[in-house]
Parts: sequence; structure tokens; C-alpha cells
Amino acid sequence: MLFKVFPVCELNRLFAVLQSERIVGPVKKGEDQHGRILYDFDVVRDFSDLHLDFTQTIHSAKKYFLPYRENLCTFTFKDGDWQKEVDYGGSAPLIFFGLHSCDINALNKLDKVLLGGRYPNSFYAKNRAKMFIVGHSCTPQPFCFCKSMGTDSAIHGFDLFLTRLDGIYFAEVLSARAFHLLENIDCRDPDSEEHRRYLEAIATRESMFVAHVDTSDLTKILDLEFQAPVWKEWGERCLSCGTCAQVCPTCYCYGVEEHVDMNFAHGRKEKMLYSCNLLDFASVAGGHNFRPESHTRLKYRYYHKHRGFVEAFEESLCVGCGRCGQSCLAGITVPEVIASVRASKE
Amino acid sequence: MKTKPESIQPGAGEQFEYSYKAEITNVFPLTRMEKLYQIQLVDAKERAEFIFQPGQFVMLELPGLGEAPFSISSSPLRRGDLELCIRAVGNMTRFLDRVGRGAMVGISGPFGTHFPVEKMEGEDILLIAGGLGIAPLRSPILTILEQRSRYGRVDIIYGARRPSELLFGYEYAMWRRFDVGLEIIVDHEEPGWQGPVGLITEILRARIGAGSADALRQRTSAIVCGPPVMFRFVCDLLVQAGVPVEKIFVSLERRMHCGRGKCCRCNIGSTYTCLEGPVFDYWSVLNLKEAI
Repeated sequence: MLFKVFPVCELNRLFAVLQSERIVGPVKKGEDQHGRILYDFDVVRDFSDLHLDFTQTIHSAKKYFLPYRENLCTFTFKDGDWQKEVDYGGSAPLIFFGLHSCDINALNKLDKVLLGGRYPNSFYAKNRAKMFIVGHSCTPQPFCFCKSMGTDSAIHGFDLFLTRLDGIYFAEVLSARAFHLLENIDCRDPDSEEHRRYLEAIATRESMFVAHVDTSDLTKILDLEFQAPVWKEWGERCLSCGTCAQVCPTCYCYGVEEHVDMNFAHGRKEKMLYSCNLLDFASVAGGHNFRPESHTRLKYRYYHKHRGFVEAFEESLCVGCGRCGQSCLAGITVPEVIASVRASKE
Repeated sequence: MKTKPESIQPGAGEQFEYSYKAEITNVFPLTRMEKLYQIQLVDAKERAEFIFQPGQFVMLELPGLGEAPFSISSSPLRRGDLELCIRAVGNMTRFLDRVGRGAMVGISGPFGTHFPVEKMEGEDILLIAGGLGIAPLRSPILTILEQRSRYGRVDIIYGARRPSELLFGYEYAMWRRFDVGLEIIVDHEEPGWQGPVGLITEILRARIGAGSADALRQRTSAIVCGPPVMFRFVCDLLVQAGVPVEKIFVSLERRMHCGRGKCCRCNIGSTYTCLEGPVFDYWSVLNLKEAI
């Protein structure tokens, strides 16, 4: 990996060079009842709107590569026949400016399932193809458990990753495009003193994590505790509202609806992101529901993230960003659920 | 050093939303609720290349109305032409119930795993179907009958709620001509019914009792499909009788919106039913939480 450093004031110029394309980054959206700033990812036109010191965005960045609603195809009906037109979209380049490690790792995980296998998802592939990612180091929040999930640092999946030190940015350069980008600004190789400061910054950040999830033998424990009563207790608290899936950077499941225009000349097929906690997630025609009870759906969500995905890809689907717990109206958090399931073992 | 997997380059995998255009060439009413639809791919080249295995499914799309998975009910030897046995029970299938021959539909697939009848050659075969479970089983039944001499004893045990709900009744005489034991049981009698009334497990128990224990242990494969509640009773009986768990095959139903391992709706614990199923051996089923 190649490292570069540049003065903090040069970031504005870096932003300006990229500005010919659509830039999405963390912006301020308001304040909560405690006066804390609420951040979210949005299109950034003015450098001063970009808040790289953000704590955590409420939503993940997924609406830019897994839109909540997406047209899969359109139909034209004529003389008892139909024509299907598919627009895989995604032709416009997209710059992510300021993704934290958790969200970069979320993309890496989604790539495995959505771009892999026999049937890569072309819609996602198109959205991913022209993406340029500038990562940014973060300050761990009390709810962040990415360190437990092994996603507290990103090894790949970005073009440039910035860590702010006193007066300078320490940049990891991972693509030729990022390398050339830096030619536009006042940038140089780091010296040994800056290496040391960079490693110090990493160590300081490491020491700031509070939340923790014990993932040792978790796949086995989830199997052993599949019938544990504690799932029912969480199920009784869960509102089955699906908020956790909507804010999750890696929840990708969806439903499909088809529509016909009022003039019967056109129709369309639309995909919408779904949630396995919603009542009809696993219901089939004829009325049978494979997961009719709230706790079976909540359990399935944990089972898929921490058991099924691990079996398929040898890593968890959860990146430990903690957004689900922060947004959950019933106050259910991943560290608490997993700790309680582990505790029922003893 | 890689920043992005190769498959996210533009143009990768643009078949995701592709479906074959197909025509409903014939519709046969089977019961009050179910019809058999014969469907033929329109394009001659696609028709020639469309190959499936017994137990696989397709996604059937009625443009503008919906798309859903259906197991293929016909024999793979019918090339480019497939039969789907469909109960009018949801929005899309109720609409389908009202369309006739000539309707244009979309077909994608075939998807998923199949009943490995090619590996069952030389063995006795037990096919056990409950209700609409006969729809996916008709494909391996016909496949086995077409190559009857390659198999040992073949028994079909089929249970339905009522005699009037039995599917493919017009074919039973033909099946029997291939030296097949076909036993049918219903939950509720109707006027004119002369067969047994009761649970499918009663017939299975009798069949197991009459068979040789060695044959069940050493050279029997079972193919099972029915409503969720039926699997455990039937499979447990087979296991007790000595049929190895890896030689019992089931076809599981799940909700699906893509058939391609992406929508996540058919997931059972760690597995996609559309990719690793719908046909699972019972060993895999025992290893999956909440599969049956």
C-alpha cells in the first residue's frame, strides 16, 4: 500500500477536483432532542457542507447502490403480447467522500453475495461499477462494535482512505485513480515521524471502543440456542417494524411488486427493500407463513447475519455499525441480544 | 491489490432480469382449484437450449401482475415445452386461472437442485406426495417411467384431502401400466370413493411393513413432497424403516422473488432454497434450522 500526506487545507482542492462528478458525503441534517447533531449521507455540492468529523449517519449509504425502490423493468402491452425493457441504470459515476470503515466493509460484504454466485445482480453491479470511494477514519462511538466484527479497519474496497493527524491528512492510496488525483494537490511521501504519528492515532482509536460482542463460537452457539427462551423475550419487545433493516448497511433482501398503468398500455416491475422482521416476509400463497411469530423473525435476522452468512463466506454479514440498535424503537441492540443468547448457554 | 471485484465492471451479468417469452399452448382443468398449463418458449433457439432436471423450478411471470416460482411438472424429455400445475390461490394465479391458451407469459430458469434420479438407477424408489406435492413429483415420476427398466420396485403413495382434489387422475392407469405400485388415500370420503380413508403415513407404514428391511436399508431412495406438516411424519417413518437420510429427498416450498439467490426471501437459516434447493436430501434438512 502506498501512503501520502498532505496539509488539511488541501482537502478543499481535492474535493474541487472531484466535483465534476456527483459527490455523496456526510452532512448535517438537524439535531435530536438532546442537542446531538444528526448526520446523514447526501449529495454534497459545497465543501463546507461536508462534515468529515461526523459521528455516525442515521442511515447507511445504501440508497445510492441499493435504492429503497428500484424499477426492474417496464412492459409495453400490445395486441395480447408484451415487450419487456430492462434498464440496469447506474451510468453516472458516484464519489463517496467520507465513508467510515464499517460502511466500506459493508460494501465488500454485499459484493460477495450480490456480485457472486451464478446470477450476479446487474443492477447492483452497475451502481458499483463507477464508484470512487474516499474513506475517512472515525471516532468510535459508544454503540460501535465494529472491532468485535473485524470491520474496524478497511483493507480494501476504497480508493483513498484519510486519517487526520495534527495539521495533515495521512492518506492510504489504493487505486491508480486516487494516485493521479493526489497529483492535483500539494502532497508528498510521509516521513518516519508521520508514520509514528499515524500508528499512534490508530492505537488511540483502538483504545476508544466501548461496546463489545463476543463472536467466539457464535455459529455453534446460535445453533445450540436455537430454541432458547430468550429469543421469545426479544420477540415480545420487537415491534416487527423493519427499521433495523432499513438503516442497516448490509440488509439487502427485497420484495417485488408489479403494476399496470391505468391505460393498460404499460406496466412495470418494482423492487423494494424489505425486512425479514415484517410479518409476511416468509409467507407463501395459500396463507402459510413459515415465520408467523415475531421472535422467529427476529431470530432469523440474527441467524442470517451471524450464522448463515458466516457459513457461506466465512465472515459475518454484520459490520457492527450499531445503527440498528440506535434506530430501534424498542431499544433492541445487537450486543445485548447476542450476550443474552450466549448467557443462556450456561 | 484489488479495489473492486472484476464482476463489477460495467456489462457484467446483464442477464439478471432476463426472461424467456413463452406461450400458454394448452390448459387442462384438473380440479376445482388446479389447472395444468402447457407452456412453450416462443424463440426456437431458446426452446432448443432450454433443458431442465426433474424437481427444478421456473419463475413464471405474468407481466404487470406478478412473478412466482413453480416446480416443473413435466418430464425433462419434453424439450422446450413444460407443464406447470398451478392452484389458483394468490393474485397472480387467480388471474392465470382466467386466461386461456395463447396467453403470453415470461419464464426464467430453470433454477435450483433436482431429484437425482440418475443416481437412483438400480434402486427401489418410493415417491410420496401429499396434496399439491404431487406437482413437483410428477416430473421424477414421468422420468422414471420413461426409463422404467433402469429401476427396481417403484411405488407411489399419494394422499389428498378429498377424492375430488386428486390431481392427474387421468394418468393413474398409464402409470400403473409401467409396473408401478400406486396407492392413494384421502382424508375425507366422497360419494363413489372406494379407496382407503386416513393418513398417508398409514399407507406408508403398510408399504414399509410389506417390503424387505434389507431393501429399505440398502437399495431404496425416497422422494417426498407435501404440505409442511407432512414432511417430518413421513421422513421420520422412512428413517425408522432404515432408509438412509441422504437417500430421502424432499422438495421445499418457500416464498421467492428472484430465484437467483439475491432477494433472500427463501432463506432457511444459512441456505437459499432457490440455489441449494428446492430439492434437499433429508441429511441437509436435519442440518437446517426450521426447514420443516
